[in-house]
Amino acid sequence: MPTLNIDGIEVEVENGSTVLQACEAAGIEIPRFCYHERLSISGNCRMCLVEMEKAPKLIASCAMPAGDGMVIHTNSDKVRRGREGVLEFTLINHPLDCPVCDQGGECDLQDQYLYYSGDDARYTEARRVVSKEDFGPLVKTMMTRCIHCTRCVRFSEEIAGVPALGGIGRGDHLEITTYMEQPFASELSGNVVDLCPVGALTNKPYVFSARPWELKSTETFDVHDAMGSSIRADARGREVMRFLPRVHEDVNEEWISDKTRQAVDGLKYNRLDTPYVRRDGTLQPASWDEAFDAIADNITGKKIAALVGDLCDLESMYALKGLMTALGSEAIDCRQDGAKYISDSGGKHRVGYLFNSGIAAIDEADACLLVGSNPRKEAAVLNIRLRYLSKRGPIASVGNVENLTYPVQHLGNTVKALENILAGKGDFAKALKAAKNPMIILGSGATSHPDGAYILKLAHDIADKFGMVRDGWNGFNILHHAASRVGAMDLGLVTDGGVDSILDGAASGDIEVVFNLGADEIDLGRLEKAFVIYQGSHGDEGVKYADVILPGAAYTEKPGTYVNMEGRVQVAPRVIFGPGDAREDWTILRALSERLGHVLPYDNIAELRAKMIVDHPALAAVDQLPEEPWADFGVAGKASDTPITNLIADFYQTNPIARSSKVMAECSTAYEGAKFVAEATGTNG
Amino acid sequence: MLADKDRIFTNLYGYQSYGLDAAKKRGDWDGTKQILEKGIDWIIGEMKASGLRGRGGAGFPTGLKWSFMPKESDGRPQYLVVNADEGEPGTCKDREIMRHDPHKLIEGCLVAGFAMRACAAYIYIRGEFVHEADVLDAAIEEAYADGLIGDNACGMGYKFDVYVHRGAGAYICGEETALIESLEGKKGQPRLKPPFPANVGLYGCPSTVNNVESIAVAPTILRRGGAWFAGLGRENNTGTKLFCISGHVNNPCNVEEEMGIPLKELIEKHAGGVRGGWDNLLAIIPGGSSVHMLPKSICDTVLMDFDSLRAEGSGLGTAAVIVMDKSTDLVRAIARLSAFYAHESCGQCTPCREGTGWMSRIMQRMVTGEAEMEEIDMLLDVTRKVEGHTICALGDAAAWPIQGLFRHFRPEVEQRILNYKKSRNAA
Amino acid sequence: MNISVRNAEKFEFTAENMTWAEGQMAKYPPSRKQSAVMPLLTRAQEQNNGWVSITVMEYVADLLGMPYIRVQEVASFYTMYNLKPVGKHVIEVCTTTPCWLRGSDDVVAACKDELGIGFGETTADGEFTLLEVECAGACVNAPVIAYKKEYYEDLDNDSTRKFIKAIKSGDVPLPGPQTTDRHKSAPQGGPTTLKEFCAVQGGQE
Repeated sequence: MPTLNIDGIEVEVENGSTVLQACEAAGIEIPRFCYHERLSISGNCRMCLVEMEKAPKLIASCAMPAGDGMVIHTNSDKVRRGREGVLEFTLINHPLDCPVCDQGGECDLQDQYLYYSGDDARYTEARRVVSKEDFGPLVKTMMTRCIHCTRCVRFSEEIAGVPALGGIGRGDHLEITTYMEQPFASELSGNVVDLCPVGALTNKPYVFSARPWELKSTETFDVHDAMGSSIRADARGREVMRFLPRVHEDVNEEWISDKTRQAVDGLKYNRLDTPYVRRDGTLQPASWDEAFDAIADNITGKKIAALVGDLCDLESMYALKGLMTALGSEAIDCRQDGAKYISDSGGKHRVGYLFNSGIAAIDEADACLLVGSNPRKEAAVLNIRLRYLSKRGPIASVGNVENLTYPVQHLGNTVKALENILAGKGDFAKALKAAKNPMIILGSGATSHPDGAYILKLAHDIADKFGMVRDGWNGFNILHHAASRVGAMDLGLVTDGGVDSILDGAASGDIEVVFNLGADEIDLGRLEKAFVIYQGSHGDEGVKYADVILPGAAYTEKPGTYVNMEGRVQVAPRVIFGPGDAREDWTILRALSERLGHVLPYDNIAELRAKMIVDHPALAAVDQLPEEPWADFGVAGKASDTPITNLIADFYQTNPIARSSKVMAECSTAYEGAKFVAEATGTNG
Repeated sequence: MLADKDRIFTNLYGYQSYGLDAAKKRGDWDGTKQILEKGIDWIIGEMKASGLRGRGGAGFPTGLKWSFMPKESDGRPQYLVVNADEGEPGTCKDREIMRHDPHKLIEGCLVAGFAMRACAAYIYIRGEFVHEADVLDAAIEEAYADGLIGDNACGMGYKFDVYVHRGAGAYICGEETALIESLEGKKGQPRLKPPFPANVGLYGCPSTVNNVESIAVAPTILRRGGAWFAGLGRENNTGTKLFCISGHVNNPCNVEEEMGIPLKELIEKHAGGVRGGWDNLLAIIPGGSSVHMLPKSICDTVLMDFDSLRAEGSGLGTAAVIVMDKSTDLVRAIARLSAFYAHESCGQCTPCREGTGWMSRIMQRMVTGEAEMEEIDMLLDVTRKVEGHTICALGDAAAWPIQGLFRHFRPEVEQRILNYKKSRNAA
Repeated sequence: MNISVRNAEKFEFTAENMTWAEGQMAKYPPSRKQSAVMPLLTRAQEQNNGWVSITVMEYVADLLGMPYIRVQEVASFYTMYNLKPVGKHVIEVCTTTPCWLRGSDDVVAACKDELGIGFGETTADGEFTLLEVECAGACVNAPVIAYKKEYYEDLDNDSTRKFIKAIKSGDVPLPGPQTTDRHKSAPQGGPTTLKEFCAVQGGQE
């Protein structure tokens, strides 16, 4: 561990640290544009120059390995002159258009100019102007402002795995661009906006909509997939203007997917903002009392079941379960995709439906088997870690052949392929055997397969056989894509036969009333005969066959608890209030329970949570990665010929909020259209 | 003057064939096997004893550079990379070696590669040298056919390949790490150092990059002994050197001479003197465009070697002597070099990308005089803000010619600005 | 991963060039095929009438398994790749200081006058393109024009006109010094050194 002297401060740093990191360890801030902790070092901006004794020239601290005995000066005249020079050069071709630049107020160049600049501008020659580039629907470009730090280029290659960006030309004609004005076709593209230190790349849908100082920021969590990415919601008045990532090293590092970031306009459109009651065949606005009356009139003495959707918070699901129990029904289920991870005869073990290793542990894995999963679409940010894994060890897939941004050995799409691995056949089985930290990841394409219970059994046995589960390591992982799923499983929102049995019952008349809490991803036509109560935030699929609609809150409009795919409990605050008559969901259920004469035993959210934790003690451990004991699960069976596929066809259209977003619709057209997919994958011959 | 018997490049002008037979008659490939048999330590010892300093411009001791290569392989192959991306304005010596004496280079690749435990040499030749690359390719083919290189080079049981890699027009690829990047099929943008190529070079493997001339003189040094080479020239500035004399001389030419030859003698003996006589001399850029120019007063006496020129605030560089007589518009001469550096900046790091263009634009105005007097100091300040702040030395190389101009000829530029103002006022 | 923007234009190496390209790729370690991008682009440019089109870039990228943007970076970085069509004869005039000192202004003037075009332009009949290049590396034979695979040296206004007229009439002028009887880079009037070596064979390569 080298010890350095920085401005008179002795500091000891880890081996492999850079001088810049040593300076930070000494509490000294070093200005920089190109350096970024999570990208390779390029050393091109030269803003981080410091003086090292015995070196003839200033050194780029971001690139210089820290060495024992180095004496560094960060504030000498020489350093100050160096920085002034670099800033002046950076600015000679940078337009002074801050008043019309969206980066204004949160611009590294503005900030650093304030602290480190020297004289006034001396440049009087003609300035460079770059014509408009097109990075796609999410990233607005103004490349005249570009300072060529290449963060975006490195991100596209190293993190997104889609090497669409580059720098063409040379000298002061160097231009950062995509290939021939094609879009930056990555579901992580929006992150380059955060990385860009100036206003060259800005948030296109957000253009000119707010200034940073007008915004109120709230730290919360994302629900567009099951990762529970840490995000910051910036709101102005009653509107969320944008989402930004927050750092959570164990979950999303500091990245978020484009859906997480840009489905924000989906919170504005298509909202249910008043109760509705079906009268004379059409849904008509109603008061809460009228809606509750309609429910009370139609469900008394009837056989009732409940469905739970993908975006629900634990509080509302807990309240719904309480209400159903009070009404004497146990028929409630959350598995819209038909997942079999708790089957009729299989065991009910938490280890059987969690991403047990934890997301961060992908960084320790050295071999991975994907089954029925497209992690790029199911959990785009998690796919970044799999990409890094692919550089250390092999990744194989049973399922569709898809471009995951890294090489994958494709082992076919049959259940038989899994039997072969279990039997130790093939090179990949050997690689798994040789791996130190192997893991298996089952996507919803595997768990919802008709043979899902058997696939679970095979995966369980593969995990056993290849040493995936041992002290300190559990490489058996279920990759969920629904934010509510693990929480709902933890609350026991499962019924024999799953969602299908409820839909069948409704179609046959065995079930007369269905309470639908935000389930929009199923064939709702099968509910036509039943009396349907739909509670949710958006007028999506679920409302079509509803008889009563209760307007709920979206995830930003209510305090709520979520459990991510790892079993990590996350408590999100309310960011803004919901529109119109929409209410926080648990309060609707609490009010309805009173009208139905089965009062739920809590009057505020604190009481609800206290009771919920008594019933489910695991939910008390906020932001912890659980360690569940290994168990037997799955059901022995016989392989059918039904191919294992991946469930998510369109990354941008996976839930009611995303489907209500105009921006997501634009992305879907741009990136998921048949023509684009064919060209991007080269399958057009 | 250097005696012909001590000249290494006896076919410098290409009066004879470049081919293997003729090369062997000139002494190439003579006893190469015996040299190799003396072992790596002996070779490096002789190279160090010869005092040879790198001929590409920086003048780093060649034997020492070779000794930096790992002695024990960690499994990665090691490479010799030959820098034949000759493009420093004024310089045209490596071209002569490659088109007229290629076997010296190929034999040099073998002994140097052997001494640094390399499995192959890549010769990176600038793309414009099409003819030279064709000759080199043909010579390499001859050497393979004769068993001099290849699977069993010189019968030593040592596998050594030599490949030619053609560039495509980028001065910056003469910088060793940019050259490596280019050889890997990327833009020629210099890498950050450390790590140095001896640890992480071509394909992430230990590599040494040497100039053509440094490699091509090695076999002769090893045949005649380091002491012979060290006996020529001056201490710390030993041996012979190819000089390129261009510009305002009567007979521009390349010539091999002893290190430390007086600049005046070099020009008068070999280039037929300055056009219009020595007294018609205005200034000389003695080491390729990147070094400070010297006024006549210094040229009268200065010796052509690393240390003498350094003492005058200039440098030997590539030993490319650009002579400018009194008819020369020095401002325009330097402005054209500024334009050259702006054109050749790779664009990677801020001070060079922005600074070379800025300097060039100001220099263009200095040519006409269409500048403010205080802009001279501003320009010099800009050169100092580029100098020493860039990833590679191109920033320095762009700054120095301008600094050299104003160091010796500032009054002339000031006069030009005044004249311009006068003419504007008159109009 | 790669989004193609190529149009209907077709390009693929001739069988002979393909064999050559495979030889180039074989120079580099198997996982380092990308190293061959520059020689392949150069050869493809020759085959494609002197310029690198989008189709050519994508063809070379596909051959080497490279992202298109990486090939575009390379093609736009190095000045010898022409990214727009050029004439049948490309005349490249060096104007850097050593050539300028020896009269490259006259050479440029002669070219512009004979061809009726400026730098970066192509004659209307598509025969000639005139390019300004940076230091060609033949400074003791300045001023220099590069044409096809050779250098034409020691030029002045008259010899430049003669040179261009020769090309117009279908000749390929002899490369090397054009105005003097000097031998390559030896001083005019004969070498000052190595005289016995210089008479032995009087050989060209």
